[in-house]
Amino acid sequence: MFDQNELRFEMVQLLDENGNGDEQELASFSDEFLVTLYRWMRKVRVIDERLLKMQRQGRIGTYAPFSGQEAAQIGSVLALRKDDWIFPSYREIAACLAHGLPLAQIFQYVRGRVMGRKMPEDLNIFPTQIIIGAQTLHATGCAWATKLKGETQVSVCYFGDGATSEGDFHEALNFASVYQVPVIFFCQNNHYAISVPVHKQTASRTIAQKALAYGMKGVLVDGNDALAVYKTMKQAVEAARNGEGPMLIEALTYRLGPHTTADDPTKYRNAEEVEQWKRKKDPLHRLRVLLEKRGLWTEEQEEAWVAQVNEEVTEAYEEATANETGSIVDVFDYVYGKPSKLLQEQQQEVARRKQRKEVR
Amino acid sequence: MAEITMIQAINEAMRQEMERDERVIVLGEDVGTNGGVFRATDGLLEQFGDQRVFDTPLAESGIIGTSIGLAVNGFRPIAEIQFLGFVYQAMDQLAAQAARIRFRSAGRFTCPIVVRSPYGGGVRTPELHSDALEALFTHSPGLKVVMPSNAYDAKGLLIAAIRDEDPVLFLEPMKLYRAFRMEVPEEPYEIPLGKARIVKEGEDVTIISWGATVPLVAKLAADMKAQGVDAEVIDLRCLQPLDIDTIMQSVEKTGRVMIVHEAVKTNGFGAEIAALISERALFSLSAPIVRVTGYDTPYPVPSVEDDWLPNAARIVEGVQTLMRY
Ligand SMILES: Cc1ncc(C[n+]2csc(CCOP(=O)(O)OP(=O)(O)O)c2C)c(N)n1
Repeated sequence: MFDQNELRFEMVQLLDENGNGDEQELASFSDEFLVTLYRWMRKVRVIDERLLKMQRQGRIGTYAPFSGQEAAQIGSVLALRKDDWIFPSYREIAACLAHGLPLAQIFQYVRGRVMGRKMPEDLNIFPTQIIIGAQTLHATGCAWATKLKGETQVSVCYFGDGATSEGDFHEALNFASVYQVPVIFFCQNNHYAISVPVHKQTASRTIAQKALAYGMKGVLVDGNDALAVYKTMKQAVEAARNGEGPMLIEALTYRLGPHTTADDPTKYRNAEEVEQWKRKKDPLHRLRVLLEKRGLWTEEQEEAWVAQVNEEVTEAYEEATANETGSIVDVFDYVYGKPSKLLQEQQQEVARRKQRKEVR
Repeated sequence: MAEITMIQAINEAMRQEMERDERVIVLGEDVGTNGGVFRATDGLLEQFGDQRVFDTPLAESGIIGTSIGLAVNGFRPIAEIQFLGFVYQAMDQLAAQAARIRFRSAGRFTCPIVVRSPYGGGVRTPELHSDALEALFTHSPGLKVVMPSNAYDAKGLLIAAIRDEDPVLFLEPMKLYRAFRMEVPEEPYEIPLGKARIVKEGEDVTIISWGATVPLVAKLAADMKAQGVDAEVIDLRCLQPLDIDTIMQSVEKTGRVMIVHEAVKTNGFGAEIAALISERALFSLSAPIVRVTGYDTPYPVPSVEDDWLPNAARIVEGVQTLMRY
């Protein structure tokens, strides 16, 4: 009999909430790496806060903030090679930035521009996925292709706890394991799918254990511990690159903000719970404590860095808004390689309207 | 030239494209060792090996979803959905994912996959093995929809579909798989997607059809000639892109239009054709457009399916109605 009550559950953690951990383990991370990691996390936190503000000011559209999930996203992406593939959902802006997506391009996306979902040619980032769980299969197929071609990229699929209830999640893990393809399923269990808590999503004690049923390895990691995430991801990616097949990683984390700017989280979770995560478990806090202990970071550096990032955001916003192209006429260009006659007729109609300045 | 069946033509097209281009792979349920439940992929595993022909797990969304990833990363997958009635399982991956990869990425990525699937009635199948669901996909911008009616077209259209940069749904009327043989050139050839075929020229009435119903319509048109009605029969071959020019030229000539398809009537692709004709040539018509289609019920059980499908009596009656004007 297989009984989850008899399973041994472990969560990988290297750095606890107060910034303490096994000295030897922590010594394996270089000063330079720790600073890079922290700078990224601080940077994306600033960006997230700015984007939220801009949404309130009506300068960008509906936005899904990721604050609280920086360690999971940055820690995992920094373990990747530049040419590895990532498959993001709407909440993975931090991961996209760390994988090389320019901030100005993010503005194109959040401002709903025609070119907003076009990833730069030299970046292996799949367009942002809105359908929950659908990208799990694309990542599996992409990794399958890599394996068939004898190449060495790894595909990393990002999704939330809610996505694990979708059929595509099941099919993707099953295919990935049957064909032993180099894909990492990286689940950020941020405890909620909009309003639905994870215990209503699944009766499994963990999401990581679901891996077992597919004959693959699963790992539960403290998703607010960037070092644990990085190390776990590094191991998973190396194993996948070496032909050892897929892995499911569950990063336990928490969404500090609303689901999106259209959501009111006070309807489904209490302030106390949020405060707990904010004050006690913030992923930036523990890393900063470690940096300070090592004499790598000061309040002045923090202020200077935040100011610099804020400036970058302003510049990127200005760059993006100064170069806003794309009209209704362009949308017809990307339906087929060559538009059909009937589609061309419709495009000509809007082109005439554009000439008459009836449309943008 | 060899005389072969439609299923042989489909098999030959895949084999020749796999020989020509090593990026072409085949995946689906029972397509490997078994060669497909209709033998469409017979011999492909033996010839190309298990790194190009895959018996996948039993999961339609998985087959299409992984095909998308394979296509974006350099392959040209031919995915089989065992029967079109099972495609609902993969609806999101087809209509909301494969169809939109080019659009969503503003041209950064394309999704060159072919989804082959048998469909169509008259063969006494269990439930959901016969449904003609093409209209679901002509309503999904980004997909192409091809529906051959004979061996020659099937080969040329399938080769064109495999070489196309966009996702193509290739719907094969299973009743016609082995219904008749036809001369088919051995060498590979393409029939461009979006070019209809005039099966029979005529002056009095235009009958537009595609896929499973074309041979019946062609036969009836030949019979009617003897009775003094000269029908023009158009086999669309491809619904998306649509050969609107061929349709309009014929309608302008005859002024009488009948549309025949197996799918249910309401919102069937026939409705779209009727609307296009009304928009463009209402005043060239001498009679109201007639549609002979499946009825607006789920596809019925075998004992009554022949009375549900467009049949000779209904088509002849429709032509008589048109000729009364
Ligand atoms: C197929 C599908 N169903 C429903 C939705 C609406 N929806 C958007 S986000 C969301 C919750 C997703 O939760 P989770 O997977 O945990 O990711 P998170 O938002 O927490 O990052 C829902 C229900 C959707 N986008 N797609």
